Amino acid sequence: MPKITYIEHGGKKHTVDAPLGTTVMENAIRNGVPGIVAECGGACACATCHVHVDEAWKEKVGPPSPMEEDMLDFAFDVKPTSRLSCQIKMTDELDGLVVHTPAQQG
Amino acid sequence: MSKAPTSEPINTDAVIIGAGPIGLFAVFELGLLDLKAHVIDILPKPGGQCAELYPEKPIYDIPGVPVISGEGLVEKLLQQIKPFSPQFHLGERVESLTRQKDGSFWLATDIGTVIEAKVVVVAAGGGSFESKKPPLADLADYEGKSVFYLVRRIEDFRGKRIVVAGGGDSALDWTLNLAPVAKSLTLLHRRDQFRAAPDSVSKMKALVAEKKIAFELGQLHSLEGEGGKLSRVVARREDKSTFPLEADVLLPFFGLTMRLGPVANWGLKLEDGLIAVDTEKFQSSEPGIFAIGDINTYPGKLKLILSGFHEAALMAQAAAKVVNPDKRIVFQYTTTSTSLHKKLGVS
Repeated sequence: MPKITYIEHGGKKHTVDAPLGTTVMENAIRNGVPGIVAECGGACACATCHVHVDEAWKEKVGPPSPMEEDMLDFAFDVKPTSRLSCQIKMTDELDGLVVHTPAQQG
Repeated sequence: MSKAPTSEPINTDAVIIGAGPIGLFAVFELGLLDLKAHVIDILPKPGGQCAELYPEKPIYDIPGVPVISGEGLVEKLLQQIKPFSPQFHLGERVESLTRQKDGSFWLATDIGTVIEAKVVVVAAGGGSFESKKPPLADLADYEGKSVFYLVRRIEDFRGKRIVVAGGGDSALDWTLNLAPVAKSLTLLHRRDQFRAAPDSVSKMKALVAEKKIAFELGQLHSLEGEGGKLSRVVARREDKSTFPLEADVLLPFFGLTMRLGPVANWGLKLEDGLIAVDTEKFQSSEPGIFAIGDINTYPGKLKLILSGFHEAALMAQAAAKVVNPDKRIVFQYTTTSTSLHKKLGVS
């Protein structure tokens, strides 16, 4: 089973099992990882599941879609590695993915 | 702070806080039992999250409706509750809720509407929609003095040095509306693209070209000032370098988020920020105050619209007993009851 590691703003790490096809947001919520709110439940409509993808994973994860890029306008501390975690689906290639949660979602 | 009452209190059986799908369906269930309802919502339109967060997203788990959009569901619910003529108070936030000596409730909204009701139904979903606050140090010191999330009177901003942050419709609209009165106006956004009406974007760009306003690429970094009086907004570029913007006022527009809001101050028993209820009446720890939909919690709770509908039906039975303690409730089906048909206007 692929794994994701979430690193909180304060540095605390959470590594969880992430079934193929599930989103990075869903796995955070299911495992009670703090720092991801996901107010809209994964509709790419609220920007409260914002994460910074670890530099080492930036290429594999890829850039946000145009709609997601638009939603990122409503997030804070947006970086070139910013993604909405509800829009990242787990694949075998992403096994071991590391994402950082921002200081504040909204 | 709620303002002084602007008119005589409104008297009604039930006040429903929240005009989302569950609040709307509560009108129906209360209506079948002859209870009149007023509905209050902070958003300017009914529908709650369905309208604000996912109007176009399909919902697949409404029984008997294989697929419907958030907007579509709200439309159907409004049609369904029309026979009960609910009174809506939109764009208002309930600030205070107190119990009166006779056991009924007294509610006041932020714009001064006062309602007296025998029962209160909290159907506030994830709480009230409020502006997202940027994560800036000492932000609270400046809020209401130099940092504002909405513009009530354009005149208040005359002659000010204004920084508008954001790239959506609100940011663009207020940039255009405040430009004529501002001493200076800078629009700060993280990229040179805007998720706003194309017409507003071209108008904004024209103002920039005429040097009537400035546009800066960057994100909010920090505030400088004293005693809540802003002097500079410091912005950060993508390369992490910072630059100052002289400012008296900052208007951040980063959309809305849900917060529990004043509900937390009403003395109701909360569990993890949700209102604890029983599963017979969906009543809170305060008799006569019910909570249905996403805002409540109980063992086994599922945050589903269909669960909220069920909760509304049971809540209505209990609410009817509070409003009319001596009246026996005869359980009836909408398929066959002539008295229900009359209420629904289908007889």
